[in-house]
Amino acid sequence: MKQNSPLQKNPLSLQLDLSKYSAASFELATDEEKRQQDVMGESTTFFKDGMRKLLKNPLAVIAIVLILLILITIIVAPYIVPYSYEEILSVEGRRDKGAKNLAPFTYSKMEQQYIAKGGERFPHIFGTDEQCRDYFIRVVYGTRISLFIGFFASLIVLVIGILYGSISGYLGGRVDLIMMRIVDIIYSLPDMLMIILLSVVLNEVLVFPAGSFMARLGTNMVSLFIVFGLLYWVGMARLIRGQILSIKQNEYILAAQSIGAKPGRIIRKHIIPNCLSVIIISTALQIPSAIFTESFLSFVGIGVRAPMPSLGSLANSARGGLQSYPYKLVFPAVMICLIVLSLNLLGDGLRDAFDPKLKR
Amino acid sequence: MHDTLVEVNDLKQYFPIRTGIGKTIPLKAVDDISFTIGRGETLGLVGESGCGKTTAGRSILRLYEPTGGEVLFEGEPVTDRNITAMRKKMQMVFQDPYSSLDPRMTVEDIIGEPLDVHKLCKNRKERRERILELMETVGLNAEHATRYAHEFSGGQRQRIGIARALAVKPDFIVCDEPVSALDVSIQAQIINMFEELQEKLGVAYLFIAHDLLVVHHISKRIAVMYLGKIVELADADEINDHPIHPYTESLLSAVPIPDPDITRARQRIILEGDVPSPLHRPTGCPFRTRCRYATEQCARECPELTDRGGGHQVACWVK
Amino acid sequence: MAERLLSVQDLHTSFFTDNGEVQAVNGISFDLDPGEILGIVGESGSGKSVTAYSIMQILADTGKITGGRILFKGSDLTTWNDKQMQSFRGKNCSIIFQDPMTSLNPVFTIGNQLEEAVVLHTSRRGEAAKARVKEFLELVGINEPEKRIKQYPFELSGGMRQRVMIAMALACEPDILIADEPTTALDVTIQAQILELIQSLQKKMGMAVILVTHDLGVIADMCDNIIVMYGGRICERGTAREIFYNPKHEYTKGLLRSIPNVGNMKKKLVPISGTPINMLNLPKGCAFCPRCDAAMKICLSELPQEITINSDHKAACWVNVKNALEEVSADA
Repeated sequence: MKQNSPLQKNPLSLQLDLSKYSAASFELATDEEKRQQDVMGESTTFFKDGMRKLLKNPLAVIAIVLILLILITIIVAPYIVPYSYEEILSVEGRRDKGAKNLAPFTYSKMEQQYIAKGGERFPHIFGTDEQCRDYFIRVVYGTRISLFIGFFASLIVLVIGILYGSISGYLGGRVDLIMMRIVDIIYSLPDMLMIILLSVVLNEVLVFPAGSFMARLGTNMVSLFIVFGLLYWVGMARLIRGQILSIKQNEYILAAQSIGAKPGRIIRKHIIPNCLSVIIISTALQIPSAIFTESFLSFVGIGVRAPMPSLGSLANSARGGLQSYPYKLVFPAVMICLIVLSLNLLGDGLRDAFDPKLKR
Repeated sequence: MHDTLVEVNDLKQYFPIRTGIGKTIPLKAVDDISFTIGRGETLGLVGESGCGKTTAGRSILRLYEPTGGEVLFEGEPVTDRNITAMRKKMQMVFQDPYSSLDPRMTVEDIIGEPLDVHKLCKNRKERRERILELMETVGLNAEHATRYAHEFSGGQRQRIGIARALAVKPDFIVCDEPVSALDVSIQAQIINMFEELQEKLGVAYLFIAHDLLVVHHISKRIAVMYLGKIVELADADEINDHPIHPYTESLLSAVPIPDPDITRARQRIILEGDVPSPLHRPTGCPFRTRCRYATEQCARECPELTDRGGGHQVACWVK
Repeated sequence: MAERLLSVQDLHTSFFTDNGEVQAVNGISFDLDPGEILGIVGESGSGKSVTAYSIMQILADTGKITGGRILFKGSDLTTWNDKQMQSFRGKNCSIIFQDPMTSLNPVFTIGNQLEEAVVLHTSRRGEAAKARVKEFLELVGINEPEKRIKQYPFELSGGMRQRVMIAMALACEPDILIADEPTTALDVTIQAQILELIQSLQKKMGMAVILVTHDLGVIADMCDNIIVMYGGRICERGTAREIFYNPKHEYTKGLLRSIPNVGNMKKKLVPISGTPINMLNLPKGCAFCPRCDAAMKICLSELPQEITINSDHKAACWVNVKNALEEVSADA
């Protein structure tokens, strides 16, 4: 390396210590070696990616855990707790008149005697109500009913909203104009008034076979469903329509048209899957609002029919003895809060994770 | 030399623009354009944004209902009635590789969609084989079939878009700025692929772009559009070496050439002002407001495309 | 050594995203002299815009300068506080963006916005400021400035808006003008107007210009010196003629071969193979090696050092070292 000629001819050797490099390192790299340097990231689908983000959000995880806990409780509890929601407590076949308004984890006199005799008695976790019924199982059933109503009411809203919104949004033009004005009219109807009126009318009209599930729910609940179906889908329809209008701008819709795809196929294969995240998010946020409505109606006395409990009607009946037995209001109220809060948090988490507009 | 594959006659595409209640004025996006494309030929269509080149491509494929004129494919007029059958012969590649692929579909489903729509495959196995064959044609790995479009780079996405267009074995593809959204180092891959596909499959292209160098490279003939009109149409080299229309002249001189000595030495013709809005098109020749040769006649009458020898058509009064 | 106008030394900038750290700029250094037009060219993801934004410290929230120094007239910008930077932006250094529509506030008139810039960074107030605004609109070739002053951004065409942006950027006579893809969103004929304008204003006002673009044609036309970037690093730098006629980095060579040019119209283009770099997953060695036809074993494992080709030209490519080695052994 000390010759003069290359130094003069080639300033490179001045800058680098060329002796450091062996000839072998300047062989051409194989394609295989090059490919190893250029790996494509792991394949993720939209949902995998979204779920990963969702599970990174601590609030959403707490919400999911809470919802799971509540679901497990309301599914499992009726099998463990030996009381039913409408059963008036009795000990060895005799009515237990002392088991009225018991505090949590206490027993009535009769029960204490029974236990003293060596009998087994399941604790009243939340105590009992003024009609000597186990309060815990009533709250569990109330939660079941509230969640059931929230879920199905949202489902009704979802189905009608998607159908209406996608037709309106896809066809556009005059059809869209007329369909949206109908939505505006429905939007302007006072919903509480409609529910009360409808439940009065339906009470007369609807007759369910005795003992059926519908009959046990009561016409009030059925009319609530109908009102949800008739009124509350408009928000969803508007949302879907707006979403579709923006999706329609994408070139892939034009591409599908240029391939020769018919409108039905375009809606099914391209538009709905691309609205899916928005649909999921707004449904998750719709459920708590339906639960709230139900609780409110039950609280004012036009909800589920007694003896079927719902969280709202439980809270309502707890109102009477509020001064002496405040916990009877606390249990259903806390339950409503927990459900609504966790569903809202989950909805927000879903939005953060799945909404394409917030991406990147 | 070529037998004519596509013939466009006096195609007009107006869009009604609402200016008040019940009042509309037409936006003449494409106004009376005519040209032919031979089998296996590439016609380049250049112009600046808003000149109607994209609209022209779309109305030829009847993605818009043309206001007037007709498009003949193999001598047969393209109408609403036969459009589904025609879509098997005429396809499109889009500009934006990001928005032209459905983000919720796998590559396999995107390429397979035309096969499903036209029921070209008898069973799943045949469909799968055809898709893999198409992916190989455009240089994609078979293992990419189950991936989603968003996992690919722009160039690969454009390949997927091209494979989708090729799925129905078309004779004619409208390429709407297919490389302008891509990185410089990727553009050449795609341009070469278009050229190779043409050699192999004999497809004809209408290649729409604003980059004159790219269009010149890929096209046999070039049509220059300005405000909805074709102002010059000729052989690619002829246009490049001997532009006649003043607009083409300035367009060519404005293209930055990636060669410092050439680009700095040449005389630029800098056009004054902006392209007028197509809603308020100047009377007469659309280019006259920016043209340095404009005369009174240019303001009165709109020049027609006339042959200046050797198929070099120009629409200009002065030159 | 004379004090440089701007001296970027070993700049590192990263973005911290959900998917991990993206090292957008990986140790780049360059100097800028007064009156120089420096072109930074590269494709998307090469880090060219991030470099410009790092100088101005206008990175997105997730972005952070993680190392290196940016010396402006000898003082390190990375140590300046927000207030100092605010006065630096505008007074000493201005930027124009690709899309003028998003950089102008749609609810204020052109005149309002220009006047604000003048008042903010100069001592002119009231009528003096207004006069200055008019003067600048005329300077950037906007006819009827009185009329334009009262107009809103949406009333102007793309080319006009870019002119207004330039007027705004130059209103305080900065030492440095950074132009980030200033003509990418514009048509060819308008692009020619704007480039001509930047060139003539540069001559008139004598500021230094950093032109960030992916368009080799624009670079060839405008720049004295060129930096070619790939994967957040500098591949090659030199005068325009050196880069275009004597490229010494495989990436630059490939790029020049792959673009349609006057010379290769009838020939097939020679594309660069492969796909653009994934910035989340940078190779250990040379960033370009997965796509490089001349890639060698050493390229896979070791970063190439920048070596001087001649006084006007530096490149960071192992191929040059290999050639030097061969020459040495041939002589020996």
